[in-house]
Amino acid sequence: MATANDITMKQERSEEGGSAPVVAVANLRKTFGNHIVLNGISLSVNRGETLAVLGRSGTGKSVLLRIIIGLETPDSGSVCIHGQNIVSLALDQMGIIRKKMGFLFQHAALYDSLTVAENVAFPLVHHRKDMSRSERSERVKLLLAEVGMDGNLSKMPSDISGGMQKRVGLARALALEPEILLLDEPTAGLDPISSGEIDDLILKLQRERKMASIVVTHDLHSARTIANRLALLDQGKVVIEGTFEDLQQSEIGFVEDFLKLS
Amino acid sequence: MSNSGFTTVTATSPPLPGRRAELISTAASSAAKLFESFFEWFGNLGIFSWKVLCAAVTPPYEWRELIRQLDEVGSKSFPVVVMAGSAIGVIISLEARYSLSRFGAKSMFPSTLVYSVIQVMGPIITGLVVSGRVGAGIGAELASMKVTEQIDAIEASAINPYRLLATTRIMACILMLPLLTLVSDACGLLMGWFAQTLADPLSFHQFIQDGFKGATFNSFLPQTFKTSVYGLIIGLIACFQGMRTRGGAEGVGRAATNSVVLASLFVILADVVLVKFILIVFP
Repeated sequence: MATANDITMKQERSEEGGSAPVVAVANLRKTFGNHIVLNGISLSVNRGETLAVLGRSGTGKSVLLRIIIGLETPDSGSVCIHGQNIVSLALDQMGIIRKKMGFLFQHAALYDSLTVAENVAFPLVHHRKDMSRSERSERVKLLLAEVGMDGNLSKMPSDISGGMQKRVGLARALALEPEILLLDEPTAGLDPISSGEIDDLILKLQRERKMASIVVTHDLHSARTIANRLALLDQGKVVIEGTFEDLQQSEIGFVEDFLKLS
Repeated sequence: MSNSGFTTVTATSPPLPGRRAELISTAASSAAKLFESFFEWFGNLGIFSWKVLCAAVTPPYEWRELIRQLDEVGSKSFPVVVMAGSAIGVIISLEARYSLSRFGAKSMFPSTLVYSVIQVMGPIITGLVVSGRVGAGIGAELASMKVTEQIDAIEASAINPYRLLATTRIMACILMLPLLTLVSDACGLLMGWFAQTLADPLSFHQFIQDGFKGATFNSFLPQTFKTSVYGLIIGLIACFQGMRTRGGAEGVGRAATNSVVLASLFVILADVVLVKFILIVFP
């Protein structure tokens, strides 16, 4: 079993080398009971790149993200972060990897007993013990300003809209300055204007921070706006992976139908 | 009409021995499923306990959350424990006075009240009251966090949810139960004496002197500190039920109910074992 030091050393070697993809999943399989959700998925994302994972509901897009961050364990296959296979790592060892990741949940998953500011400060309180209270408060303000929520510090999550909750969730995901950003349906349930704002925000963050991002979405327009590459999933498999133009030129029936109906 | 109906039944129904076999097979399969889920529950509880134990003995320690939970379990249970303890004292006082008078043993009232409250009723009533208030609270809170993905969000933030959520709550229950029991005992004795004094005046000093005559630490300390085991049971079961919840609002309700029912049941069962254990170890 890998120790915390092994993991850190491998990450450092990988970062120095810079050639290996930041996230690489290979032959990932996951079943729930008799239902095969992922059936041999292989994908990779490099630094500064955004991959959008598209597909119908129930094709395992969110499960893929949950496996990458270690909230689900795959039946088989590997998930490598900076070259380190994280499948079956113990909880505390996985914690070291997770500090490099930010995750935006589909419904934001804000802590409902904490204020907006406390939600964003939560990872900092636990992982940045070196920060003073005032430094932390300053950092929270900066993060919330970055997502356009600087006027809502003391509000409770139940007092703000779904779009605002997503922004706060995004600020919380960015708190530890992650190298990998995982976004689960960032624009789902939002009106077109809010969706556009979230897309612009994600683009801005990517330009400034050069993270490796994986975005799970139904929204083809959003995927086209924010992603360098797109992967279309159907029945637990990647049907096609490439740029939007590659998808447009594809003659696969499912791809044509998906583009036509989206 | 009746003829045709009779014919249809006999034509489609299997013969009686076949139906009986089918019934037996269904009952056996249900019993097997029940048996399996019973052991699965204990197996999962064992795995959960191991994860909590590992989280409890390794740093970082969540002191801030522990203090918050001590307040949540201790201070906020204080009023209800005071009321329950006082009521128990009054009830025992009324019953004891009546029973002892019948047998001409009124002089034994102080020691009867002291031993009944401190050795028997105080610990178990405190355990049950706390399992109701705290068990339901922890079960519902964690279940709600689970179904809204807040526990996943904690884990995704590289924080061990067993350490932050379960260990702190269980430790708070373990530490607070004996203190709450002392409060309950004190209120029970005070109100028991007060109820007695209204009918038959007796100085408090005399009551305490007679009540604790011949008592040693062994008479009371193990009975009070056994409630730490109740605390472990209440905290562990409530956290376990909460953190394994599935299925929205219905799941949250089920987790809260199960937390209270199972914690209360296991507290009573544990008391049976602990009473015998204490009698053997502290004769």
